[in-house]
Amino acid sequence: MQVLFARHHVRVYRFVLRLMRNEATAEDLISEVFLDVWRQAGKFEGRSAASTWLLAIARFKALSVLRRKPEAELDDETAAAIEDPSDDPETALEKKDKGAVLRKCLTGLSAEHREIIDLVYYHEKSVEEVAEIVGIPEATVKTRMFYARKKLAEILKEHGVERGWP
Amino acid sequence: MNATGKEAPEGGDIEQLLPWHAAGTLSRRDAQRVEDALAKDAELARRYDMVREELGETIRLNETLGAPSARAMEKLFAKIDAEPARKPAISLNLGTRIAEFFASLSPRTLAWSASAAVLAILLQAAILADVALKDNKSAGYQTASAPSSAPVEGAFALIRFSPQASAADITKFLETNKASIVSGPTAGGMYRVRVAVTGIPKADLAAIVKKLQEDKVVGFIATTE
Repeated sequence: MQVLFARHHVRVYRFVLRLMRNEATAEDLISEVFLDVWRQAGKFEGRSAASTWLLAIARFKALSVLRRKPEAELDDETAAAIEDPSDDPETALEKKDKGAVLRKCLTGLSAEHREIIDLVYYHEKSVEEVAEIVGIPEATVKTRMFYARKKLAEILKEHGVERGWP
Repeated sequence: MNATGKEAPEGGDIEQLLPWHAAGTLSRRDAQRVEDALAKDAELARRYDMVREELGETIRLNETLGAPSARAMEKLFAKIDAEPARKPAISLNLGTRIAEFFASLSPRTLAWSASAAVLAILLQAAILADVALKDNKSAGYQTASAPSSAPVEGAFALIRFSPQASAADITKFLETNKASIVSGPTAGGMYRVRVAVTGIPKADLAAIVKKLQEDKVVGFIATTE
């Protein structure tokens, strides 16, 4: 368990943090995730990577917590997460830091779109693995990723970055 | 992995695969299909550059999120300690029996067993290291990512290698570009790589990084200090 925790806890934490947008909640949740893994170790059939299994459990727990939270609390947390000290997209653009604009716009995506972009780009999950984690068909994974990227391009355009696509 | 035009209202089959191609998570067959299409279609290649840009910034964004405090681990192991010891069940499957055997041990027992195993491994390592040093004291060996107390001079980049890249590909890449791994991998699979033996202006480093980015072995690259 210590090895599993050491190997995966940072990535699982970051995945949960991007969904929850609250560090303390994300920390509490990852200990719950690994406790579940400890309890269900016998059920792991090894058909998928351990990280895929962990992310699926983490996602389920995060969504359960989000469903239980009152709207007002969620709004406060979201606002707190948005008010970070880095430059806003316009300021970053003025400084010609396109990467910073892109990162800022990535945070502006919906939870659904943020999730799929993180799973594909950061967690290096294949179409099949994303389908397993999110619980949607493989074809939907591909179209959701496409629309997430399209939305990102729209947000970038709103902030003055025209990419000529879509 | 059989997307069809019917399933994809917008964006062709190949275009939809670009994010996975950039992340290196496509099957060999699909990766080849994308490569062929990219070679023939300049517009698709331009869009692929956008995908790579998104991939790089998504990694950067996630890397800035930090790591959980030790509190998360303490909380987990306190909860595991509080768990009741499990009763082993009879099973014919060897894997299941092994899993159940470990599950049946109390967390404390497991922790002690793990500590004993770690100690045994460390002792073995110490003996092996001692033998190796005795055998060849002049030619020291150090892993690429072994931490060194002496500060390393030069210019550096953070690199995440493509999952499709083999060890031989990475070695060749490092040799060709006279680069060396200084540390890593981090939790995000990133390596700190020395790309020049002396400090160089930022513009020169950016040019080197841009050139290295073209290599298929590189999944993500960014300058670092």
